[in-house]
Amino acid sequence: MSPPDQTTLPSNCDDASTLRVQNEALRNQVDTLQEQLAALKAELEAARGLTATAADTIAPTPADAPRRASCGPCGGDPSTSAPTAPPAHPPRAPPRHGLSRAQAERYSRHLLLPAFGVAAQERLCRGSVLIVGCGGLGSPAAMYLAAAGVGRLGLVDHDSVDVSNLHRQVMHSTARVGMHKALSGRLTCAAINPTVQVEAHVCGLSPASALALVDGYDVVIDASDNPATRYLVSDACVVAGKPLVSAAAVGTDGQLTVYNHGPDGPCYRCLFPESPSPENCSRCGEAGVLGVVPGVMGCLQALEAIKLLSGVGEVASKKLTLFDALSGRFTTVRLRGRSPGCVACGASPALTRASLPDYDYVLFTGQPPDDGPPPDLQLLDAAARLAPAEVAALLAAEANGAEANGAAAADGAAEAVAEAGEQGPEAGAKRGEDEARAGAESSTGSAGPAGPGPRRGVLLLDVRPQAQYDVMALPGAVHVPFERLDERLGEVLALCGAPAGSTPAGSSAAESSAANSAPTSASAAEAAPQGAAVDAPEAAAAGAGNHPPPRPRVVVLCRRGNNSQRVAARLAALGVEGVTDMVGGYQAWARQVDPAMPLL
Amino acid sequence: MVRVRLEFSGGLELLFGNQKECEVDVPVASGQQELTAGHLILWARDNMLQERPELFVKGNSVRPGILVLINECDWELCGAGESTISEGDHVVFISTLHGG
Ligand SMILES: [Zn+2]
Repeated sequence: MSPPDQTTLPSNCDDASTLRVQNEALRNQVDTLQEQLAALKAELEAARGLTATAADTIAPTPADAPRRASCGPCGGDPSTSAPTAPPAHPPRAPPRHGLSRAQAERYSRHLLLPAFGVAAQERLCRGSVLIVGCGGLGSPAAMYLAAAGVGRLGLVDHDSVDVSNLHRQVMHSTARVGMHKALSGRLTCAAINPTVQVEAHVCGLSPASALALVDGYDVVIDASDNPATRYLVSDACVVAGKPLVSAAAVGTDGQLTVYNHGPDGPCYRCLFPESPSPENCSRCGEAGVLGVVPGVMGCLQALEAIKLLSGVGEVASKKLTLFDALSGRFTTVRLRGRSPGCVACGASPALTRASLPDYDYVLFTGQPPDDGPPPDLQLLDAAARLAPAEVAALLAAEANGAEANGAAAADGAAEAVAEAGEQGPEAGAKRGEDEARAGAESSTGSAGPAGPGPRRGVLLLDVRPQAQYDVMALPGAVHVPFERLDERLGEVLALCGAPAGSTPAGSSAAESSAANSAPTSASAAEAAPQGAAVDAPEAAAAGAGNHPPPRPRVVVLCRRGNNSQRVAARLAALGVEGVTDMVGGYQAWARQVDPAMPLL
Repeated sequence: MVRVRLEFSGGLELLFGNQKECEVDVPVASGQQELTAGHLILWARDNMLQERPELFVKGNSVRPGILVLINECDWELCGAGESTISEGDHVVFISTLHGG
């Protein structure tokens, strides 16, 4: 058993995170060795059984049954493996390689392959790979490298398994939701091949710990999901002199290249000296990803790592492979070489072993080193926004009011809303009118949870992308995707009872008369006895010499509560009064009001 | 006019009305003999881009994080913005991905 690399890490470093890495590595090694021991014991038992059976029938004891004690990445020195005692088995030439019998059997299809063979397999068995990220890319990469017999694997991830990961992160399982991804990955890799040493690094990669980790391996795989980590991994590989197999996948697109390899291979910064803005970075958690796409790219990463370790084949340095899943096309393009002015790998690099641990990757990329949701915005006055429970109460009060009036007006309006979503602007505008009327009819004098004032109909404006709306939505919500707001602005403003920007003259008249009549109609409805209020909106509108519908109370909804604020602020600026949004969006609604709703 | 086969990928297609590939006839800038990649970018911005131009161009070039490939080759290898675009060339704008 070779001595663990991590024990030789510099101990003069007082950095807590480096110590944590060391501790973790040692713990890992204990775990891995115990797993290997268990596997060896099982093999030994099996071999004893075979020996016993064989002894019954054949006199000589097979010398190769108790396998070589060295279980590690690679067998021992070939010279020591030749039997010293007179052979007690049929004649056999001493092996000309360092693989044990078990290894030779396990990797036999590699050994049979003329383009690979036993020498390449030996190099693989002596090699080590650090995989940064145990997600959609890291899963297949780690599994294939474990299966292929890479001597030592390091799995890095600070995150735990979430149920929404499972469609693509195939190294994890339903039973492991909540478990550290690195630990789950180690279990899977050990189950595939218990002779591989697998180290789990559950603290993730930080500028302080990156060099200590990268130094400990031969090849690094970037299977991360954010720009900050990608720059950090690349810089650490340049400083430590390790080749970096990099891939990424979002939606139905995949990309792969190898950085920092060969005499003039570029690094990540050579290609992207300036970090893209957060708006230019689509994330799987927003844009979605077809599960197989990172699977394909992760497999290609395993392949490049195997080529680097074994010395077989051509490494994808200065080449970028693009995978278009929908057209089923792979394209490989030629990339520039190393840039002399690169701050990481250029002639006079600013990034060095000394400076890297203090480099601010969050500042450089403008993004945190994870794939988490964007920070919560606070564009609207916090007091004016509605919590999910308040929206629920508002909707319940509206429904009750309609019931008390002995009319199914609210239901009808809600249905009309649902239909309007599919029927387009005119139906939507008509429905807005109906619903607003239903709201006025339902008035019972009690102020809604949103504050004092006459109750109006509620207009739920859902601004999520079509794909999210298709999964689930609140009943009656009018759906106008955020990206389509501009082109449907007139329609939306009409629904909200605000002047349409496209017809300033007519609409401003309508707006001023609506402004005059709305309070009148509402207070009339409120003061009048039930039943008598039914005609109030029409009467008030008629009195104003126009037929402006009472304006609904507009509540904008989105997935998390950021775009809804943007839209509400925009509508408010365009003259929609009292427009607000739901704090935390549908995610908060699903958590706080309706746990049966799927949490997207 | 120079006929160019344009392709957008890595999410950039969303800025161009979700079209991944198209053939366009691009005029040579006045006072110029040939079409340059730099001029093609500005032409695509003014004539093809449908939303959020700030996600495609910065100054007179593409935004950081966008690679330009001319005939399956990194444009840095043939002069970047000064690269000459000839009749029938294949130009790809590709946004680098970070997800995994
Ligand atoms: Zn570089």
